Amino acid sequence: MTELTIFDKSLLNLLQSNIPICSRPFEEMAKKLGTDEQTVLKRLRELKAEGYLRRIGTFFNSNSLGYQGTLIALSVEPEKIQQVAEKINNYSGATHNYEREGQFNLWFTLITPNQVQEQKILSEVRELNGVEDMICLKSNKKYKVNVQFNLQ
Amino acid sequence: MFSSICNEKMKTFEINARDKAVIRALQGDFPLCEEPYKILAEQAGMTEEEFINCVKNLSEEKKIRKMGAVLKHREAGFIANALCAWSVPNEKLDEVAQVMIKNPAVSHCYDRNTAPNWNYNLYTMIHAKSRDECEKIIKNLSETTGIEQFQILYSKKEWKKTSMKYFCE
Repeated sequence: MTELTIFDKSLLNLLQSNIPICSRPFEEMAKKLGTDEQTVLKRLRELKAEGYLRRIGTFFNSNSLGYQGTLIALSVEPEKIQQVAEKINNYSGATHNYEREGQFNLWFTLITPNQVQEQKILSEVRELNGVEDMICLKSNKKYKVNVQFNLQ
Repeated sequence: MFSSICNEKMKTFEINARDKAVIRALQGDFPLCEEPYKILAEQAGMTEEEFINCVKNLSEEKKIRKMGAVLKHREAGFIANALCAWSVPNEKLDEVAQVMIKNPAVSHCYDRNTAPNWNYNLYTMIHAKSRDECEKIIKNLSETTGIEQFQILYSKKEWKKTSMKYFCE
């Protein structure tokens, strides 16, 4: 992986906020960076190919699309953690699934279109072999959702 | 950000077939080419202009949270990523959260219900360049807010990290 140049860093900082909603968004970004559209596109393709970007795309607010999300923490027998994690991964609404240190060692987020679906999945997960305890941590307020790294 | 999300909860969710087509087209990778919206519009079966107008509306209505890039934490040098769960008196939640979200190392901050054996009600994702730095940030947040009961939950293994696909069921 190559070292990021000053140009790369300002390009990535700009790209992390918002892609303009207009016919030629990369031309508009290029103007802000004092360069041209082709330079921006070429470098973005390279940075993507080199693996700096997890994703360039659209992030939705699931609540305002009528979906609901929750965080679930499981206490799983250590030797069964892989099989439990893989079962959870099969649910398309399980978007993040992490093994963590501590009393609860498997944490996943679940997005579903309604309460019935959520309850169904949660009762299936609770029954998985190796799951000793499960807590469902519903959120009422999202104070901040902003994954942005200021590259300097 | 917080107030807008709160207001949305009270709105009725009117998402018409056009919006759904636009949302489905936007869910994949954003095309890196001169006219990306033209390509996405074709997938959604509408003109570029119609598509752009729909995207603008979805964005104004905060249905779109962000359009842009997410970097890979580790490649960007952030190798210590912890979920920190805090136990905060309910009446102090807003005040404590407001302090925490000001710290640029905090990417997510949610309140959450507690459980009988788990008395933590505020959750922050913290990204740092080392565990030392991460713990310094948490110590600093603890001292600034006066919240002394917390758990640092480092990730040991990422089993899955994807984006939700909406309206595909």
